[in-house]
Amino acid sequence: MKKIIITLFISLIVTGCVTATIQPDYAKAMLELLNKDFVSKGPATVERIVNQDSVQHFCSIYNKSRSEEMSEQITASQLKTIKYPSDENYIGNWEEGEKIAQNGRGFQSSDPLGGVNGGNCYACHRITKNEISYGDIGPSLYNYGKKHGNNEKVYKYTWAKIYNSQAFTACSDMPRFGHAGILNEKQIKDVMALLLDPKSPTNQ
Amino acid sequence: MKLIMKYSLTILAILVAPCVLAEGSSSDEIAKYRELLADGNPAELWEMRGEELWKKKVSPNNVSLERCDLGKGPGVLKGAYVELPRYFEDVNKVMDLEQRLIFCRTSIQGLSYEQAVSSHFGSVGNPSDIEALVAYITSESKGMKMAVSIKHPKEMEAYEIGKNFFYYRAGTHDFSCATCHSSDKKRIRLQELSNLLNKKDAQKTYATWPAYRVSQGEVRTMQHRLSDCLRQQRFPEPKYASTTMTALIMFMAKNAEGGVFDGPALKR
Amino acid sequence: MADPMRIRAVLSGDKVDVKVLIRHDMETGLRKDANGKIIPAHFIQTLTAKYEDKTVLDTVMGIAVSKDPFLSFKFKGGVKGGKLVVSWVDNLGDTRTDTAIVS
Repeated sequence: MKKIIITLFISLIVTGCVTATIQPDYAKAMLELLNKDFVSKGPATVERIVNQDSVQHFCSIYNKSRSEEMSEQITASQLKTIKYPSDENYIGNWEEGEKIAQNGRGFQSSDPLGGVNGGNCYACHRITKNEISYGDIGPSLYNYGKKHGNNEKVYKYTWAKIYNSQAFTACSDMPRFGHAGILNEKQIKDVMALLLDPKSPTNQ
Repeated sequence: MKLIMKYSLTILAILVAPCVLAEGSSSDEIAKYRELLADGNPAELWEMRGEELWKKKVSPNNVSLERCDLGKGPGVLKGAYVELPRYFEDVNKVMDLEQRLIFCRTSIQGLSYEQAVSSHFGSVGNPSDIEALVAYITSESKGMKMAVSIKHPKEMEAYEIGKNFFYYRAGTHDFSCATCHSSDKKRIRLQELSNLLNKKDAQKTYATWPAYRVSQGEVRTMQHRLSDCLRQQRFPEPKYASTTMTALIMFMAKNAEGGVFDGPALKR
Repeated sequence: MADPMRIRAVLSGDKVDVKVLIRHDMETGLRKDANGKIIPAHFIQTLTAKYEDKTVLDTVMGIAVSKDPFLSFKFKGGVKGGKLVVSWVDNLGDTRTDTAIVS
């Protein structure tokens, strides 16, 4: 009887060990495939997607919910990346801002290298009164300036949110427009104007 | 006072109602438009051409595709699509419909790989054989329920790799498939987004591919849709009929299990 | 000859309900390709439908009709088993004729 129990015990350990060593690492397998199954084209490179930054890596794994501690770590690290305007002037031209909000091009494999990038804001947000073709992935920004007012605190927050949205919302769906180099300083100023200029159609 | 309140609320409700209706009614109108058009779906012309191609003897081997095994036996078309992707013993890997067609065109008909995948996405003056074949083969599963299996370890692997890829955030915009397709009732601009993690949504959406796309004037397959998604996600170009694409399709097909396949469909 | 049409002709009451799906690029000649060159016009000019040698539909199409046209019309006087012949000619002289039996 003892022999049987010992044999069973040993075989269980062996099976357990074997199962443990052959436990498939699907994440690793997927990464290996990325290198093989994608081809760089235009501004969209294999190198970029194969090398996630720490935030992308973390947010891919913790894709549903995160602990408060983890979220704070992310927002703290992303807040450090914010580059405020060099001349401390936050507001540009809202007419240019509207063009940026409407433009969905930039960094796609179908876009030219070194082209002008848009923000594609209307993909996710309502912004001006009259543009009805807007998405609802993000909150409505209609009357943004009217609601929040025009002061330094609002300017700084709005700038930072556009520059790196994850400075406030860990794993936000919103692209990190400044940090990723999608929009440059002038373009962000123009988007700021679209949101905050009292004359902007957003605030009518 | 109470009477005034009651009437004020009613008037307010009447004023507000049209605004609410306007937002919902645009998608209702689009649904009505689709219903009217469904009667004359040009995809049927692709199905006809696909049937011809399936039966056509092609050199160098001068055989048709009628001996091609899509998983239910050589030449069996009824219900084959709703069980794909699946594990194929003869190649020891999981294949989706397009990969399997390429395999049959090369191994049975003797085409080279380049010939088998040439013009895989049709354009004006350059019709795609594969799109026509896919239209025909999928039409043979019309009305049947999605039933992919993940019993074989390689099928499970494909599903899990697909799932990992679905959540993989990368590139300049930090987009993953989940960024747009993991919430209920969201839209990008005015295009509704399906929640592919929600069974009912996944069933409905998966069943609408392949489809004749009016904007393209062609029948487009799931591979084409994924390729276009990835482009907008700022990802590099996926290789046509690659392992990663099959894994992603496996993930979606499994999530759509039990859904009735009604294709080929008609889309904008 | 060009790609086949798909014709459905169903007797419903005293009318035959005909639906025709046509495979044609219907290029207007006003579009430009990615290099800025005009894509040459290629569209159906005339389409006729004959039931047992009697013309039941005579159309003139043009560039206002979009790609892969879908045509739907009804006519009286048809019976089950009757022959419907649909024929079109385009601006480049290409043509297609298909037959359907009324069901």
